[in-house]
Amino acid sequence: MTIKLSREIINHSLHEHVSSTDYSFESEAVVTDSASLVKICEVLKSAPGIELDYLSSVTAVDYPDYFEVVYLFYSIKHNHSLTLKVRCPDKQQPDIPSITPLYNGANYQEREIYDLFGISFVSHPKLRRIFLWEGYPGHPLRKDYGIGS
Amino acid sequence: MEVRIEPCYPEIDAHESRVIEDLKSSSTQPIAEPSGWLDEEINRNILVTTVDKLLNWGRKTSLWTETSFTACCTFEFISTSSSRFDIARFGMEVLRSSPRHSDLIVTAGTLTWKMAPQIKRVYDQMAEPKWVIAMGACGISGGIFADSYSVVPGYNRILPVDVYIPGCPPRPEALLAGIEKLRKKIEQSSISNKS
Repeated sequence: MTIKLSREIINHSLHEHVSSTDYSFESEAVVTDSASLVKICEVLKSAPGIELDYLSSVTAVDYPDYFEVVYLFYSIKHNHSLTLKVRCPDKQQPDIPSITPLYNGANYQEREIYDLFGISFVSHPKLRRIFLWEGYPGHPLRKDYGIGS
Repeated sequence: MEVRIEPCYPEIDAHESRVIEDLKSSSTQPIAEPSGWLDEEINRNILVTTVDKLLNWGRKTSLWTETSFTACCTFEFISTSSSRFDIARFGMEVLRSSPRHSDLIVTAGTLTWKMAPQIKRVYDQMAEPKWVIAMGACGISGGIFADSYSVVPGYNRILPVDVYIPGCPPRPEALLAGIEKLRKKIEQSSISNKS
């Protein structure tokens, strides 16, 4: 079984690089905002003893007040995992920095989220729709998208 | 001493002599080769039919299928085509990956609008005559995804469907019944009018 990283280890690794006000813990997940996302990912990917070298999945949730993008990381070397959530309160034009330059596996999944939720990933190398076609109206997985329209 | 042999039955000998002389005089020419037996052989070995019947027989007994395996009905189709249900009985065991070799497209699965242009292109590349079987609820009407933003509500939006097979998915028996229906349809077609 994969072990969830404890808060102490995460705090210990992050405190030199990221202000403690920039992230918080909810249940077993780390929650942050779009400004600190790339920095946190860089630290967690390279910090000794953590080394989250494998990005398993990226997905998104549409809450009434914000969009949330969820990253699930694993370390194959140390056999532990971490869930990272990024909240984007701007529901009109949501944008979040892309982590594709760090984790190449995020490429298509960020495109999928862009396609179905309409969240822009800034500095993504090729941000185009992946399931639907160019010119499709709207983003079907948003809660305000009409069903059967 | 001279021995003289008396004829014992002179009438019988005379009768025999007459029979032989008659036969000889009536048999101066060889009997002509009888040609009637040839007609009989021809009647036994040559069938007379119509062009329509011959063509339809050829078409319905070697329906080669284009693989259009877009979703889960595929597995019922695979089951139908392998040993247990064995559509080789109908000359259909050859599944083609090239539309140029195919007569029939079985739409085994849900079709999305993103995939639809490719399916239409494959159908357009198939040589005439060609037939379409819409297999399963999604093939008929989009099934449970009929209201979805991304699913084609029935293959008949893009292809002319010949036979509809309901089911989610249809069992192999249902697919065989549909194939049987298509064979009957082909039997009734004519070169002057496809359907």
